[in-house]
Amino acid sequence: MAELTQLTLHETLDALARGTCSSEDVTRAYLDRIAAVDDRIGAFLHLDRDQALADARAADARRKAGQGGRLLGVPLAMKDVLNVKGHPCTCGSQILKGYVAPYDATAVARLRAEGAVIMGRLNMDEFAMGSSNENSSYHPVRNPYDLGRVPGGSSGGSAAAVAADEITASLGSDTGGSIRQPASFCGVVGVKPSYGRVSRYGLTAFASSLDQIGPFTKEVADAALLTEVMSGGDPLDSTSVPGPAPELLATMKQGIRGFRIGLPKEYFQGGMDAATEALVRAAVKQLEALGAEPVEISLPHTEYAIATYYIIATAEASANLARFDGVRYGNRIAGVDPIDMYEKTRSAGFGNEVKRRIILGTYVLSSGYYDAYYKKAQKVRALIRRDFDEAFKTCQAIVTPATPSAAFGFGEKTGDPLQMYLSDIFTVTTNLAGICGMSVPCGFAGGTLPVGLQILGPAFREDNMFRVAHAYEQATAWRGKRPPLAVDAGRTGA
Amino acid sequence: MDVNANAPASPEKIDVAYVAHLARISLAPGEQELFQQQLEHILDHVNKLNELDVSGIEPMAHAIPVKNCFREDVERPGLAHEAAMRNAPEERHGQFFVPRILE
Repeated sequence: MAELTQLTLHETLDALARGTCSSEDVTRAYLDRIAAVDDRIGAFLHLDRDQALADARAADARRKAGQGGRLLGVPLAMKDVLNVKGHPCTCGSQILKGYVAPYDATAVARLRAEGAVIMGRLNMDEFAMGSSNENSSYHPVRNPYDLGRVPGGSSGGSAAAVAADEITASLGSDTGGSIRQPASFCGVVGVKPSYGRVSRYGLTAFASSLDQIGPFTKEVADAALLTEVMSGGDPLDSTSVPGPAPELLATMKQGIRGFRIGLPKEYFQGGMDAATEALVRAAVKQLEALGAEPVEISLPHTEYAIATYYIIATAEASANLARFDGVRYGNRIAGVDPIDMYEKTRSAGFGNEVKRRIILGTYVLSSGYYDAYYKKAQKVRALIRRDFDEAFKTCQAIVTPATPSAAFGFGEKTGDPLQMYLSDIFTVTTNLAGICGMSVPCGFAGGTLPVGLQILGPAFREDNMFRVAHAYEQATAWRGKRPPLAVDAGRTGA
Repeated sequence: MDVNANAPASPEKIDVAYVAHLARISLAPGEQELFQQQLEHILDHVNKLNELDVSGIEPMAHAIPVKNCFREDVERPGLAHEAAMRNAPEERHGQFFVPRILE
């Protein structure tokens, strides 16, 4: 049998069910792996070894007592923006250093109810603002495929941990590509469900009309399972859509014969790295060989997406982050009066990108500029949604690159925030439209750096998306590829 | 995508120091100049939206057609007082302690 830390989530469940290992064995194997490699990767911000092992033993006892659970005994790690009762939740920010979550996010509670062992806090761009994880206020995350390159962001720790076998699956959040882009850069599967599919309760809000929680996994079936478990209406989030979770595992194997796959012509008009384009075009050929029919579609407002996104996302962020004022939680810097205290607290507690976005968001909502910026962006958002509604009349799914290029180097884009924002061009439209999207590995640029194929489905048609993803994965050899991350035997168990 | 050189310049430049104060953030002198330049650059790109005619388009506030989610007006369990106070930066007599507001 392969090492425990190389197993997929489903393989881990099988091993646990057969009794070839216990949850404690699996959890210990991950703790050892993290101890051996994470000083180079930097994916974890916090890990409570004793608590994780105690929770694993509790899962083993539950199994011994004959109790079930779709995730019983499997360790999972959370992006540091998801509240887990009794665990720290810093959102990658100094302002929340020391904060301990008083309750579970609904998505986390649902994983726990199925028996998952929740361990570890994963590094991220501060308050999920960033595309490279360079905005973490703690330490950078390195791409397991090339330690000189970024893992993507904002869920960089969640992606890198799965790629480096530090955990079999993790959760992240996606406001403009923060799951799909790092999944693409790190060669793992990453899913952003439709807006309203997964409750946002307990996800520290960045942009409430765009945020969604989703999984990172080593294979499509694992992502389907986690999405099923987390989905469904929640009385604690009135924007979660009532109704049962979608059946993805049962439907994803139906194949894609006769599926029409849309290729947005605007996405293929330059601005894309040649190696990425070649891999995505090869993937389209593969889908064709599987019986799908590629059709050209148009998303005419694509060129306005970044401008629209950075107005709406920053406007919502400026309101959401007003709560970090040093009164009820987080760190406080004393002041002579409340306003002085707020300003000192926020100036010391937030990093540059967060400040920049709060200021931009405050500006576009301020008197005299609201109509020109915010209201206008909301109207363009409606046009972007309309583009997708039209496109999905002629196809069941859309395929694009997840990112314009493979992972870039540290410092390459930090000097120019706009260049960093523009790298999100293929992912932000999904969130603006509220549809679902995912990234699956589709090869390696230059033979070494992972590239992700983005698959988009209509709102609440995750089943379409998973059918394409599963068919593609099963027909190609990318599943099971892992980075050449040497382990110094002396470090194991450190 | 390049920054569109043809987009009309914003009528007035963003006053970063003023907006930062509205957002209750104070900026160091170097920070203020850096943000001024970066945010002007970003707003130049954002002004691209002026190319579009959006008359007659309803603004879209969020992506799903769900409105007015009501629940029964009954008492529900909430966070215990002690749990709510646990992360308080400064607490006195079981309450959040803040600087004096009124003279």
